[in-house]
Amino acid sequence: MQPRMITNKLEFSFKRFFLQWEWMLVVLLLAVIVMNVNLSEYFWDYANLRDATMGFLDKAFIVLPMVFVILLADIDISVASIVALSSVIMADLYTMGVPMPLAMIICLAVGTLCGWVNGMLIVKFKELSSVIITLATMIIYRGIAYMILEDQAAGSFPDWFSFLGWGYVGSIPFILIAFILFAVLFGVLLHKTVFGRQLYAIGNNGTAARFSGVKVDRIKIIVFTLAGLMAAVTALFLTSRMGSTRPNVATGYELDVIAMVVLGGISTSGGKGRMIGAIIAVFLIGFLRYGLGLVNVQAQVLLIIIGLLLIFAVAVPQLKRAKLPAKKM
Amino acid sequence: MQQRGYSTAGAVIEAPAEARTKPSLGVKIAKFRELGLLGFIILLSIGVQLRNPSFLTWENVNDMMTNTAILGILAVGMMLVIVTRGIDLSIGAILALSGMIAAQTVTAYPELPPMAALLLGTAVGLLCGTAVGWLVSKAGILPIIATLGMMNVFRGFTYVTSGGKWISAHQMPDSFKALATGTTLGINNLIFIAVLIYIAAYCFVNHTRTGRRIYAVGSNPESAAISGISTDKILWLVYAIMGSLSGMAGVLWVSKFASAQGDTASGYELSVIAACVLGGVSIAGGVGKISGVILGSILLGILNNALPLIDVSPFWQTGIQGSIILAAVLVNAVVKRGVDRNHLMRRKI
Amino acid sequence: MAEYILELNGITKRFPGVKALDNVYFKLRPGEIHALMGENGAGKSTFIKVITGVHSPDGGEIFFDGKKVKFDNPTDAKKLGIAAIYQHVTCYPDLSVTENIFMGHEKIGKRTKRILWYDMHKEAERLLRELGAAFSPKTLMGALSVAEQQIVEIAKALSTDAKVIIMDEPTAALSSRESEELYRIAERLRDKGTAIIFISHRFEDMYRLAGKVTVFRDSKYIGTWAVDEITNHDLIIAMVGREIHQLFPKKEAEIGEELLRVEGLGRTGYFADVSFSLKRGEIMGLTGLVGAGRSEVCQSIFGASPYDKGGIYLKGDKVNIRDPLEAMRLGIGYLPEDRQKQGLVLQWGIGRNITLSSLDKVSSKGALNAAKEAEIAKRLAEKVNVKANSIFDLASSLSGGNQQKVVFAKLLTADLDVLILDEPTKGVDVGAKSAIYEIISSLACQGYGILLVSSEMPEIIGMCDRVAVMREGRIHAFLDRQSISQEAILQASMAN
Repeated sequence: MQPRMITNKLEFSFKRFFLQWEWMLVVLLLAVIVMNVNLSEYFWDYANLRDATMGFLDKAFIVLPMVFVILLADIDISVASIVALSSVIMADLYTMGVPMPLAMIICLAVGTLCGWVNGMLIVKFKELSSVIITLATMIIYRGIAYMILEDQAAGSFPDWFSFLGWGYVGSIPFILIAFILFAVLFGVLLHKTVFGRQLYAIGNNGTAARFSGVKVDRIKIIVFTLAGLMAAVTALFLTSRMGSTRPNVATGYELDVIAMVVLGGISTSGGKGRMIGAIIAVFLIGFLRYGLGLVNVQAQVLLIIIGLLLIFAVAVPQLKRAKLPAKKM
Repeated sequence: MQQRGYSTAGAVIEAPAEARTKPSLGVKIAKFRELGLLGFIILLSIGVQLRNPSFLTWENVNDMMTNTAILGILAVGMMLVIVTRGIDLSIGAILALSGMIAAQTVTAYPELPPMAALLLGTAVGLLCGTAVGWLVSKAGILPIIATLGMMNVFRGFTYVTSGGKWISAHQMPDSFKALATGTTLGINNLIFIAVLIYIAAYCFVNHTRTGRRIYAVGSNPESAAISGISTDKILWLVYAIMGSLSGMAGVLWVSKFASAQGDTASGYELSVIAACVLGGVSIAGGVGKISGVILGSILLGILNNALPLIDVSPFWQTGIQGSIILAAVLVNAVVKRGVDRNHLMRRKI
Repeated sequence: MAEYILELNGITKRFPGVKALDNVYFKLRPGEIHALMGENGAGKSTFIKVITGVHSPDGGEIFFDGKKVKFDNPTDAKKLGIAAIYQHVTCYPDLSVTENIFMGHEKIGKRTKRILWYDMHKEAERLLRELGAAFSPKTLMGALSVAEQQIVEIAKALSTDAKVIIMDEPTAALSSRESEELYRIAERLRDKGTAIIFISHRFEDMYRLAGKVTVFRDSKYIGTWAVDEITNHDLIIAMVGREIHQLFPKKEAEIGEELLRVEGLGRTGYFADVSFSLKRGEIMGLTGLVGAGRSEVCQSIFGASPYDKGGIYLKGDKVNIRDPLEAMRLGIGYLPEDRQKQGLVLQWGIGRNITLSSLDKVSSKGALNAAKEAEIAKRLAEKVNVKANSIFDLASSLSGGNQQKVVFAKLLTADLDVLILDEPTKGVDVGAKSAIYEIISSLACQGYGILLVSSEMPEIIGMCDRVAVMREGRIHAFLDRQSISQEAILQASMAN
């Protein structure tokens, strides 16, 4: 048999390049911006754009690890409760006299711990889906937040703490800088490292990954722990923006976050999608929300729009494909 | 995906006599889990009663049962959904929407018989459930995503129809409020309806073809397709039933609490799922009994009622409920492992 | 009644890219047991699916009892009285035996439409007794053994008054005593006039039961013979298509020191007391019936599943392997049985698949080096001669044989001494098979120790220096090069 030449150069193809979901998102984002500009003459103004961005970026920190989680074909619906719990613990400790920097570190530690517990449970009880496990921990984490603060609010943080959510470096919001840093970090981790490659392998075919020597359990634990950690980061920024916290803070964030990830083209069946898509989706939904808010569309109508967007983003690729056998939830 | 150990691994199986007579602890628990649950409920009741004698009074028990009735009605529908390996997070929102629509209708037409409001609510729920069912069965969206999205949509509709306003007790006609407080044959209407639904559901899942096929689809979807069962129709049906029950529960809820708001029953779906899981409905599909679901609902109802009676802060309830759900899920998994291990031990090598 | 209860003429079935059935014929008389034989991938499974209405054929006609029929779905075939018992039992583990028997055709009251449990249990009880089973119809299906589940499947076929029953490798997972029980049941059914299509890889099944045998090869119809008119040798040639020895390019490799030794290895419920050793340059076969515990042994050695007794020694040192990564670091590679589910990420290009098991070689400090990766992927893909144009071609676009070559390339990226190859040629066409044998042979010459797991007798006979035969979770015989023969292997894998 003639040995065959196999090329390892990928030729650039316009068709492949432009047939990516991310372009669709870019078009949608432009449409939203055009709409907003038409709705309000003040929209296309640097200060205004900047403030709009600061308003929706807090939950975007969870989007980053949620991309990992959904790439693994798992889901984590406990993130909003982790935000609440770590925020409440931080506020409570501070009120009890713990220095603020230490309270912030503990906040991050609490989030990390919650995420690690999720990961451990999911790895040790493989027969249970991540839906049911994070559903249970979602209730528990929120429950603990209620045990600590009951129906009180806690706050009156030191003045410098508000810098996180409200401060600027030069004329750029600190929260935006932080988000860009984290986004680059997570993007590189996903697309340029062994860890990211193995994560995609697990999402596409967990068994084959395991047989190829990928430490599936360890990666899952790391990913869920990261989700917890980033939920705590969100807690820091959110608490800073609000100036105080309550046990019911961040309710419904998990839905927003999952909607952004799914809209960003990350398939719920795992292994497909890129970080950049989710990041565009963050701005898409953020500006959509902000723009509709400008013309006094009720928050409730937004619920409908986001719910429909979520279903639309999942349904379109699903309907395109031939009907597949029923999936476990 | 659902191939289980014993059907794929084909080693030869001949049980030595002594292995057959020694089932593991897990098997024993699996056999008597409902008795165990009942025992736990009785022990809990005795414990609470010792701490607070007003627990087992006729009044309190009646109150507790009416409170549990709505949970129980929803749990029946949720059981069917979970048996097919699904989950429905939209029921709290469906409940709120149909409750709101029913409340607005009776406010506008006070002479309307309460029964008509009940039917209207059920119809709204059916419509919502059909939409969810379509997304899951025909569009092939994972139940968790489909119901999470629709939860928002329905919740949004609730706010839109109400314009963000509440409908409170004084706006509703007395006949409507009497729906939940009145009695039939000397039993509170809510309990009466719940019992009717239990009987109907029992007959449906145990004595009709369609009912059994729900279990078949949950137990092994591929086999079900080979046996000529239409998996899509079954999935659609269970979400439609779930929706109808939520719609009915919405009307009962609004009548009982004499108020309809945008955030009615927000997060209630979690309690309903909890009742199912406590009642032994397996998240992996194919397993779940009406009797278990009743006991699960009662246990949750007792917890909700008893915790304040023994001076547990209401703010602890969420945490306690969550822990109980997690424990129930984990114990179920461990028991299942015991059963599987027992099957393996029976193999002679 | 027509002479043939079931007659299929010129059936053709295409799937995207392949012809799964190419103009095949089959004739079945009432009261006949007709064996259908052929290698894996010969088209038998597709054929069954056509008969049972799961697939509709693209060409040809089907006659049932003399009348031309067309099946749109499984229910149509079932209504006529065609029932199938599949290789992997397709049951509802959470439901009772009675429900499993009657699912899809429950007995219901005429007016009330409610399920007649009493009648169903009674009927199920009767069917089970008729088949000689002792368990209650109220038992949960999941609590039964595979053999018992198979009996339930037969009862299910009987409950539909099936005139034609298809048994797809029913004995594959059964012990010889249980097989004997199954033979008796099949004969009893035959004597009552039921026609049975019996699919099996075991010649013993065919000789014991069948009157006629039909052979398929490479999706084509080869011929039909009366069982007592065809010799074993001719039948094998009909199935394989050529004299077997040309297929195996086995070169004599130099056999060196011991690489792997397994002592008394056991896993509760799967296998027990497995001991063997493997030397450098040696190809050792591990054979036995499907379900004898071969794959389970391999996966335990590879760390993909646990073991609870015995030990594994590498070059004389006891090792404790907890996961596949550790096994690969120690020098053990595993080519899994199911390449699509366990071996490849089908949605990925060839290159990424090849480097997946050795990412540390194409990265530094965790950061991937794309150029290096492309280089290694290209070199290995060319080395195993994958028929593809680019390393970005999707694994799913390759044929079975080329997919398997990619999995081989994956193994070659790591520094390994021991290769465990689990059914490396399963579902691979004949041309690619010999290419794979060539790869295996040259690997042995390069000094790998190879454990070759296979159910295909010719492969074992043609390739191995030594063979261990497993039965019911234990190794029952070792055969060396001189004593390897079809008869010896069969005897060891079936004897009581």
